[in-house]
Amino acid sequence: MAGKESQEQRSQQRAGEQAPAEAEQSDLAERKAQLDADVDALLDEIDDVLEENAEEFVKGFVQKGGQ
Amino acid sequence: MSVRRVMGIETEYGVSHPGHPHANPIRMSGLVVGAHARRAERVGGLARRWDYDEETPLRDARGFDASRAEADPTQLTDDSSTANVVLTNGARLYVDHAHPEYSSPEVTRPRDAVLWDRAGMVISAQAARDAAGLPGGHEIVLYKNNTDGKGASYGTHENYLMDRRTPFSAIVAALTPFLVTRQVFTGAGRVGRGQDGRTPGFQLSSRADFLEVEVGLETTLKRPIINTRDEPHADPALWRRLHVIVGDANLSETATLLKMGTTAAVLTLVERGLIGESLMVRRPVAEIHAVSHDPTLQHRIELRGGRRLTAVQLQMEFLTAAARLPEAGSDQATKEILAEWERVLVALETDPLSLAEDLDWVAKYALMQQYRRRDGLQWDSPRLHLIDLQYADVDPGRGVALQLEAKGRLRRLTDPSDVERAVHTPPHDTRAWFRGECMRRYPAEVAAAGWDSVVFDLPGRHALQRVPTLDPLRGTRAHVGALLDASPSAEELLAILKG
Repeated sequence: MAGKESQEQRSQQRAGEQAPAEAEQSDLAERKAQLDADVDALLDEIDDVLEENAEEFVKGFVQKGGQ
Repeated sequence: MSVRRVMGIETEYGVSHPGHPHANPIRMSGLVVGAHARRAERVGGLARRWDYDEETPLRDARGFDASRAEADPTQLTDDSSTANVVLTNGARLYVDHAHPEYSSPEVTRPRDAVLWDRAGMVISAQAARDAAGLPGGHEIVLYKNNTDGKGASYGTHENYLMDRRTPFSAIVAALTPFLVTRQVFTGAGRVGRGQDGRTPGFQLSSRADFLEVEVGLETTLKRPIINTRDEPHADPALWRRLHVIVGDANLSETATLLKMGTTAAVLTLVERGLIGESLMVRRPVAEIHAVSHDPTLQHRIELRGGRRLTAVQLQMEFLTAAARLPEAGSDQATKEILAEWERVLVALETDPLSLAEDLDWVAKYALMQQYRRRDGLQWDSPRLHLIDLQYADVDPGRGVALQLEAKGRLRRLTDPSDVERAVHTPPHDTRAWFRGECMRRYPAEVAAAGWDSVVFDLPGRHALQRVPTLDPLRGTRAHVGALLDASPSAEELLAILKG
């Protein structure tokens, strides 16, 4: 028991020393993951309103010249 | 009052019947305009004929009238045989060269230009839905854009009232470099380069490739950077109406605000002789294409004196000059435009993608890049072309720009309740007030209306009664509000006006 506690104490101490650089890295990674998920969610929502057959739609969109 | 002048926006909408590329666009456009007319009738404002009496589409600002016999048929815009209605908000909704067109009422402030332009989108989307609901009707989709990506282009034109004393050559000298470069914030973005869009790539402006000459009268072919049409719809001794045809159709309200406000400011600089020829570029047509084709914004434009500046740097020169105007410190509307102009130019210089919520081309570009990354698409992918087109669909349930706006990803400036009011009510500070209010109050007696007149057909009178509205700044609510309130009928109104 005593050995375990001191082991925990030692890893906590180690984590405390490494905290600044690694925390920042994981912070950025987390934010990037959040942004990516955000973008994916947006694209999914846009996908929902987009016409089904892109090639057919684009080919079929023809206008007369105006001013 | 430097960004405040009489102005307006005319938008030609793309029109299609999904799945039917050969559907007749003139017929569809007529159905859309007709559907709005019927809706207007139901709420009491009647649609009436446009008064073409004072229109002079072949008058050229360079001092001559082009020959009617030699004109291309598309230049004869004074033909009354096509559907067109005057709205209670003072706007005009009509069929123009196979497109439904909304011509906004005259406003004096950039923010009002945005508001009545937005009202036009709401009106158009509603009219398309109404037309689809008619017996035998079919789905009609409207696009606030400028090209089908296959070689056809249609315009989003701006109009600015200017002091007639300003020589046209001064306008050309100052405005050309401004129009060559303002696309860095007004550009709607376009997938594909070249008029037929066949060269893969992205560009800032959907209109740039269709500009072929520096100065000219045409609007449907050989399109010029500076259009010389001289049809002021006002006293030609006092006023010029500058007709700008190079603009992109914008879905971003920030882009529209900047487009109108910065251009109005530059015209003030020209009127006061503050801009001269120092910013003239050597080859404007080549440069307007080059700027558009470079989304990295690094291209350096060659000025006549030999200096080379990027488009953003050239815009900075205009901003610097405008910031020295006295109104820059006193007029609220001017202060707002200058602050926004500066904010956007600085961002374009340092981190253009940070403007994804402000500018159409950046919003589109950012979205395209995200799709390219996720789905491994090249610039010639049909899916990207689809997104480009659907970005401009005016139906809120389908249009990508409107969806982005609803999700808070594209900044909205207008309030929905203000837009709803602008659908029915005219701006109060121009003659649009008189025109729109006559439509609302005397629907049965207005026979026709135009920019510079309202024509009444009174029972018991043989001749039509024409009330000229030649001064865009008279006929305002302040000027005629009480008069209209005191005239429950058109007869009473005319008795006072003509008596």
